[in-house]
Order: sequence, then structure tokens, then C-alpha cells
Amino acid sequence: MNSSFLSQALVYLSAAVICVPIAKRLGMSSVLGYLLSGIIIGPFVLGFVGQEGQDIMHVAEFGVVMMLFLIGLELEPAAFWQMRKAIAGFGFSQLIGTTLLVLILFVALGWSFLMALAVALALSMSSTAIVLQTLKEKGLSNSMAGQASFSVLLFQDIAVIPILAILPLLATTAVAPVESGHHSFIESSPGWLQTIVVIGAMGSIYLIGRYMVVPLLRMVAKTGLREMFTASSLLLVVTVAFLMELVGLSPALGSFVAGVVLANSEFRHELESDIEPFKGLLLGLFFIGVGASINFQLMSESPAQIAMLVVLVILIKFLVLLAIGRVFKLKHDQNFIFALGLSQVGEFAFVLLSFTNQLQIIDAEWSGKLTAITAISMMTTPLLLLFNERFISPYFGTKKSIKDEKEADDIDKHEKVIIAGFGHFGSTVGRLLRANGIEATILDNNSDQVELLRKMGFKVYYGDVTRLDLLQSAGAAEANLFITAIDSPEINKSIVHTLKKHYPHLKIMARARNRVDAYELMEMGVNHIYRETLHTSVNMAVDALTELGFRRYSATRQGQKFIQYDEMGMKNLADARHDQKEYISNIRQQIRFQEQLLQEDLIQNFASEDHSWDGNFVRDSMLKVNKPEHSGKDTSTKSE
Amino acid sequence: MSNRVLILFAHPLFEKSRINKELINHLPTESTITFHDLYEEYPDFNIDVKKEKELLLAHDVIIWNHPFYWYSCPALLKQWIDMVLEVGWAYGPGGEALKGKYVQHVITTGGSQSTYESDGYNRYTINQFLAPFSQTVSLCNMHYLPPFVVHSTHRLTPEEIRGQADEYAALLSYLQHEALDYARLSQYTYINDLIKDTKKL
Repeated sequence: MNSSFLSQALVYLSAAVICVPIAKRLGMSSVLGYLLSGIIIGPFVLGFVGQEGQDIMHVAEFGVVMMLFLIGLELEPAAFWQMRKAIAGFGFSQLIGTTLLVLILFVALGWSFLMALAVALALSMSSTAIVLQTLKEKGLSNSMAGQASFSVLLFQDIAVIPILAILPLLATTAVAPVESGHHSFIESSPGWLQTIVVIGAMGSIYLIGRYMVVPLLRMVAKTGLREMFTASSLLLVVTVAFLMELVGLSPALGSFVAGVVLANSEFRHELESDIEPFKGLLLGLFFIGVGASINFQLMSESPAQIAMLVVLVILIKFLVLLAIGRVFKLKHDQNFIFALGLSQVGEFAFVLLSFTNQLQIIDAEWSGKLTAITAISMMTTPLLLLFNERFISPYFGTKKSIKDEKEADDIDKHEKVIIAGFGHFGSTVGRLLRANGIEATILDNNSDQVELLRKMGFKVYYGDVTRLDLLQSAGAAEANLFITAIDSPEINKSIVHTLKKHYPHLKIMARARNRVDAYELMEMGVNHIYRETLHTSVNMAVDALTELGFRRYSATRQGQKFIQYDEMGMKNLADARHDQKEYISNIRQQIRFQEQLLQEDLIQNFASEDHSWDGNFVRDSMLKVNKPEHSGKDTSTKSE
Repeated sequence: MSNRVLILFAHPLFEKSRINKELINHLPTESTITFHDLYEEYPDFNIDVKKEKELLLAHDVIIWNHPFYWYSCPALLKQWIDMVLEVGWAYGPGGEALKGKYVQHVITTGGSQSTYESDGYNRYTINQFLAPFSQTVSLCNMHYLPPFVVHSTHRLTPEEIRGQADEYAALLSYLQHEALDYARLSQYTYINDLIKDTKKL
């Protein structure tokens, strides 16, 4: 590890740690914070980062790949299939419309048709990273605008492939492009073969994901090593991206498909929480890279020209999107989020522009200028959305309807009940709830169990339930009831601890092995505690009494009263427990409790308190008060 | 002819009841009499409705045998009535499953008969208190016979209790073997009187 790596890490991380919280504090999205920190450490302000900003971005683009993998994970295949029309409709019309208008703009500026076309194609792209990150932060991913934006972005991901194939045809000079990263199998093949390669690649992702990755993950899960699972998750994404690059497809698209394939598997939440931090950091790095790579020198040479182009490009993109939103009947407020959100030029433009430069379609100066325009347009999006949120959206007065929609979606995605642990205990709870139409989200860390239950159609997810991020992705923030039903009391307590700390309003029902666990849970503030043996042993005692000749109803009543009495007693004893904290071991403590309980039973004798219809008791107590001759009030109604 | 009799017995504190122990211990052990102890069968009040309906269909005379708690029946028998006598089966449109059957109350109570008069301590007669049951039975297209009542349970001597048990047995015998003439039987206040009359003959 050399010091230049450490110093770079120091610069990037501190820039992010300082700027992002400030941006958030000011009500801006984190994207803007990253972009600003990139500008600040970039060559034109503090100069901590030189021209290597571009290289950083190539590494950081992997964050986009991860993001699409995560998006895929959240999108089950059935849901994806339902979106196919939206993807084609929104995506196709956006790409054609924008390209056409930008083409006209540049032709009007006196460019040749081919140059203008190449640039228009590049500028028609929007930024997956910025849009999806911003929408997610604003909680709009599931809104109509979010879905439409996603459709457009996904279509662009697919469209990049043919665009990269078309660009060389636009080259006026017959010079072969300088060998670059885009030397792949697909470009040197005839059209029909390309199609086969694309279909084959997607198909193999599906098959491998379905039949190799899931069993592999199960094996890894059985090792019980946290970092092995993280490593496998990363390996999975890296492999997919690598394979895609190899055949010349977009790695983002490939990992998206991989995500969709795995969305149905039990490892969904686990993968999500493993990849999430990496994605976040890499995306952050990507945005910093964008900020750092803005060439202020070029801008200062011709500020008016660049400003005009930024405004015109954004305006064209915005108007095209607004019109599409209109056609597809988005509500006004949603349409503005959609149109403003996608109005920037995306990261694909960097790739396409440098490629066109290599092909000598446009010169280096324009390539630099257009790259700057792209970066600046990315900066404007968070600002435009902020502006929309503050000034345009309230004007439509439909803010409330967005909220309602969003809430309904959340309930769809995250059931209100989460059950941690689906062994014999939890599965009984889950089955009874399910029989009454409550589909709980179930978490379990036993991969064999999870596999079996999934085969039986339960919605079970594998994962270490004590981890906050897993609880988060399982929807603990939206749930209203959390049931801990794990075999190990230690794990149950650890979950309760985490929940109490991070989701103080969540109602918790906790399984406790015994009285001692129950005391600890009580101290943690859990009101609903279920000792796993209490009811069973009381039932057994009731049956024993019946076998010994007691009436079943009386024995049942005694059992019910015993439970009530025992739970009341627990509350009293919970305090006393601290007076004798010098206990040596659990077992001695338990014996002491038993002693205490048995003695209290003798004193209180709860069993003899039921007199209400005991004929002899009624008669005796009435005779004490009334004249023996006359039948009293109660003796006349209370009978034998 | 022989009527099949179903005794639905409801007593939450049977083990502490002198009278009912005696009554139940002297029940005739004939195959045409079914003794069904509700509190023993359903201590958790979870009544098996299907099973109860089958039992009803398999019998001609249904006896509600219980102590008179708060001028009514113990909670489980009310639960039984609420759960088992379903609409469309026992009453209402198409509810004729029980049509023509007889229902007979067998009640034990601490108060003497004189306290169950309009000028007595309890202000109403036993039959007045039983009006909801009577109407329930008639809504279900059945015949509600006058009740068999054991009064003053706290003051009965063991011999008197034994006598009541014999009369109960005689009632069961009558219900099984006699052709039940509803018009004639319903003239009695208590069916006890009919049994006494039959004995005298």
C-alpha cells in the first residue's frame, strides 16, 4: 500500500464526509454534496486531485453497475415483465425525440449532419446514477415518475450497445479507432451473430443465476462466515460485469438482469445489504469524479457558449420528456419530477464522447467542451429538482396524492409484520397469521430451513437477523409489528436491543426461553413476552389434573388463573431480582426463583379463590349474615 | 315407540353440587339416553358445532339440564345456543332441521317456589324467566315443554334429593316411552306435576 493511495483515500473520504452532511443539512440531495466536494478538491479549486479524476470515474462507474444490480434485486421478474411496455414506450420515444431535436440544434449551429448525429446520440443519454439515487433519496422510486424514469434509463442502457456499433459508421475518415476498452467480440461480428450473443448472454445469466449462484450462496451461507458472503456477493457482481464487457454488452444491464433473476431467491435481502455500502461509496466516488473533472478552464474561455448549450440541451431534454409524460398521462406533479429528473446528460455520454473523439468524428476541444456540458448538466439536476420541490410542485397542489400513493406502495412491498426466526416456534406463528390473510416478511438464518420453506411457498429470506441493515431492507422502518421467534435467547435479545435502539416505535413480541430471559426482556422494555414452555407445561398440568379426576372445566380455569397469577408474579419479582444480584450462576438463580414461587403459591393459594357458584360456600356465607329460616337474596339465585 | 333423549348438561362447578351429582348419578343407563356433559367436553368454550348438530339430529327430545344461574343458564349453554342453532339450519329460511323435536328444561335452584311468584322475592315465575328459551325453541320449530324444577336446593335432605333424582328418572322414562301430546303437556306449570300424577296412577 503506497502513500499515494492513502493520501488519495484521505482526500476523497474527507471531502465526502465534510460536504455530503452539509449538503443534506441544507436540504440538498447527497448527489449534489458529492459533486460539490468533487469540484472543491478538483484541479480548479484546491487542486488535491488532478486530471486523474477521469480515471477515478472509470473505477467508480462500477458503482452504477452495483446500483443496477440492487435495482434488479428489488424488481421481481414478474414485475419486470409488467414493465416491458413502459420501457419500450417511454425509452424509445425519449431517445428518438431527444436525439432528433438535439440533432436539429447542432445542425442549426452549423455542424455537419454526421457530427451532429453522433453528439445528439451521446447527449440524449441521462444519468442513471444521479436520477435513481436522487429519486431513492426522495422516496419517489415507486411513484409513477420513478417507474417512468427507470424505464427510460433502462432503455438507454440497452440502446448504448447499438449506438456504440453505429458510431464507427459515422466516422468520415476511414481511420480505425484507436484501440481502447471497447474492443470486444460483439463489434467484430455480423448482425445476426450479435443478436445471438446478446440473447445467449442474457440467457446464461438467467440459467447461471438460477441454478448455480443460488446453490453456491447456500453453500457459502452454511459456512456461517459473514465476510465470505460479502465476498461472494461482490464476486457475483464483478463476474457478471466482466462477462458483459467481454461480449461487449453493458455491465450495468447485465448486472440488472442478474439482480432480477436473484430477486426471487431467499438471499435477496442479504445480497442487498452486502452490496449496498459498496454501491453507495462507489457512486459517491463517481459523483466526486464528475465534479473534479469539470474543466473550468475551457468554460472560462467561452462561458457564454457553454452556458447556452447547457441551457438548450437541458431545455430540449426537459420538453421532450414533458411531452412524453403528457402522452403517457402522468399527473402534472409527477410529470415535472420525471422531466426535470432526466433532463441532464448522463455518464454514458462520457463514454460515447471519448469514443467519437477517438473515431475523429469530433475534435478534442469539442469533446472537452461537451464533457464539461455533460458534467454541468448533471450538477443542475439536483438543483432543478430542489427548485421543483420548493416552487413548482406546491403549485399543483397534488403533494398529498403523491404521499398516498407512496404509502400504499410501501405496504405492498413490506408487509406490516416481520417474523425473525421460522423454526417450529416462528412457523406456527406465521402459519396462523397466514391462515388469516396476514403475509408476514420472514427472516431466518438457517439456510436449509429457508430453502424448504420457500419450496412450500413461504416468503422467507435468509440473513443474519441481528444486523441492522438486514432489518432495514426487510422493512423494519415501515412495519408495525416485529415478532422475534428465534431459538437462541441471546439472538432474540440482540434483535430486541437493535430494534429498541433504531425503531423505538415498533411493537415487539418476543419469544423467551424461560423466566430469566423474560426478566431481561422486561428490562429492555418489551411488553409482550412469550415464555416458550409456560403454556405447554400449564396445559400438561391441566390434563394431569383431569386424569386425576378433576373436572376438565375447573382444571382449565385453574390453568388459566395460574398463567395470569404467574405473569403478575413475574412483574413483582422482576424488581426483587436486583436485590439478589450476587447470584453465582444461572442455575442457582433459577432454583432460587423456584423456591420463591413455590413459597408464594403456598401463601397466596390462588387455587382456592373461586367461590362464585360454590353452593355450600354461598349457603354458608349467606347463613352467617341472614336469618337461617329465610332464604336470602343470593341463595335464591345462586344455586347448585 | 321410543324417543331418543339427549341431555345437554351444563354445570361449571359440578364437583361441588350435591343435587346435580345425585340427579346425574341416577340417570337410567339406557342406550336411548345420551348424556352430554358440556363443561367437560368444551372447557375452553370451543364448541364443535358439526358434532353438536349431528347429536341433535340423532335425538327426538333435547334436555337442557343446568343450575339456574342469575335467572338463566350458565355461560357455556348460552354459547352452545349461540353457536349451534345456526340460521338456515335451526331457524330462518330453510332452517327446519330440528322441526318437531321437543325441548325440556331441567333446572336446579336455591330459591323455593314461593320466591318465584309476582309477590315473591324474585318477582317473576320460573316460566317467565324462561321466556327467552321458550321463544328460542319455538323459533326453531320445536316444542318447549314445561320445565322440571328442583327448588330450595340448599335445604333438601339427602332423602328429598334422592326423591328428586327418582322423579327425574321417571321423567326420562316418560319422555322416552310415551307419545308426547304437546297440547296436554303444556297445560302444566312444571312437568314435575305430570310425573307426580303419573306416579299416583
